[in-house]
Amino acid sequence: MKLEIGAVTKGSTSLKYKTGAWRDQRPVIDEENCRHCGICADVCPDSAVHAIDRPGTDKAIYIIDYDYCKGCGLCANECPVKCIEMVPEEK
Amino acid sequence: MAQALLSKAQVIEGSEAVARAVAAARPEVISAYPISPQTHIVEGLAAMVANGSLVSEYVRVESEFSAASVLAGASAAGSRAYTATSSQGLLLMTEVLYASVGQRLPFVLTVANRSISAPISIQIDQRDSMSVRDSGVIQLYVESSQEAYDVHLAAFKIAEDPEILLPVMVCLDGWVLTHSYEPVLEVDQAKVDSFLPPFSPVHKLDPADPKTWGSYSEAEIQMEINYSVHEAMLRSKERIKKVFGELHQLTGRDHGGLIEAYRCEDAEVVLMALGSVCGTIKDGVDELREAGKKVGLIKLRCYRPFPYEDIFRVLEGVKAVGVMEANFSMGSEGAIALDLKAKLYNRPERPVVVDCVAGLGGREVNKETVAQVVDLIGKMADSGVPEEAVWIDLDRDILP
Repeated sequence: MKLEIGAVTKGSTSLKYKTGAWRDQRPVIDEENCRHCGICADVCPDSAVHAIDRPGTDKAIYIIDYDYCKGCGLCANECPVKCIEMVPEEK
Repeated sequence: MAQALLSKAQVIEGSEAVARAVAAARPEVISAYPISPQTHIVEGLAAMVANGSLVSEYVRVESEFSAASVLAGASAAGSRAYTATSSQGLLLMTEVLYASVGQRLPFVLTVANRSISAPISIQIDQRDSMSVRDSGVIQLYVESSQEAYDVHLAAFKIAEDPEILLPVMVCLDGWVLTHSYEPVLEVDQAKVDSFLPPFSPVHKLDPADPKTWGSYSEAEIQMEINYSVHEAMLRSKERIKKVFGELHQLTGRDHGGLIEAYRCEDAEVVLMALGSVCGTIKDGVDELREAGKKVGLIKLRCYRPFPYEDIFRVLEGVKAVGVMEANFSMGSEGAIALDLKAKLYNRPERPVVVDCVAGLGGREVNKETVAQVVDLIGKMADSGVPEEAVWIDLDRDILP
């Protein structure tokens, strides 16, 4: 990515800046126990939890976009069935 | 010729000369917060705005932090912006100055040099401007009111150069320049307008084309943004000389480039200084030359970026340099000597450098001081230079 003078950025370009590299804890959803309530998506401060239609059902699968998830753990903390585990990132 | 020119000159206060030059540059936004010895400059501009001779948004703010913040905002919005300050006022602006450098906001700031508290003092030295030497603000220093007038015209052009885009500080000594009356020649408005076209920003705040200034950066880009400021500083050396050259063409007045070498041909000892004390040192050099001493002066007109290439050319064959500076980095030494010695260190042939602290807090520096310094340097060049800076005229008997 080429920088602009003064690091000035254009509006509506935040998706270009992938901030997932900050994360040191990775939320992992246990789909078996997920009740599809969507609270994790509601509380995510980075809108990094996406609901995807599950074909043939009226339920959604929740997936985490690790390009933007900073690993804050709000989703795991708020999950009513505790099906999200925070796993240390290792390189 | 000189007589004809002088007949057009007006004897005005240095602050008035600065105010008139700034007005001729047509700033769209001026912020003002009073502090001596700068106050007459913004008062002069206020009078022009009040009587209608200058059309500008004049913003009276509640602190120097705000004065600088107004410039940052105005500059980001694409306006030519200006303020002036001194001493503690500059220190209060510091955070905003660093931020403005990173955001490449090219406003112009006059610093009427004054010492820093404590103890409180209104006398001259350059500890205030030197305190922001690492910020990325370009620092120009002047010796006379005429030079102050001319350099202010150049300052806007330098700051707004798309290859530079940095704030520029024009530093003139408080009282000695701001409050003294000297003959000053102005430049016709039409000539100023041809020299200095309206500010044309690369980026500007515009609701139709939204942009963000000052957003967060991660380790992947912070270093590159810092380097790009340094690179702009390096590039500015040639651009500043070019702008000074254009101004010379326009006005017929040549104050030099990044430095002025005064009687340095065949010199064995060269003094180095900046600001109004250079006038005194030149007189001292003249007397020493008459007495057969091979002495010269390098007047630093531009301190940041540090013009070492031009200094090296003058120092070819010079035995000793005596830096006379009214600033000090506590626990180390004066800023100019630090820069000079660092750049000289890896050169195979280099003069010795003696750092002389002279004029702190308004302590008098006169022709005798100059002779004393030259004598000292001559002796030290033979017997060895001390590691510590030499505090000229320090009264050890009254130390607490």
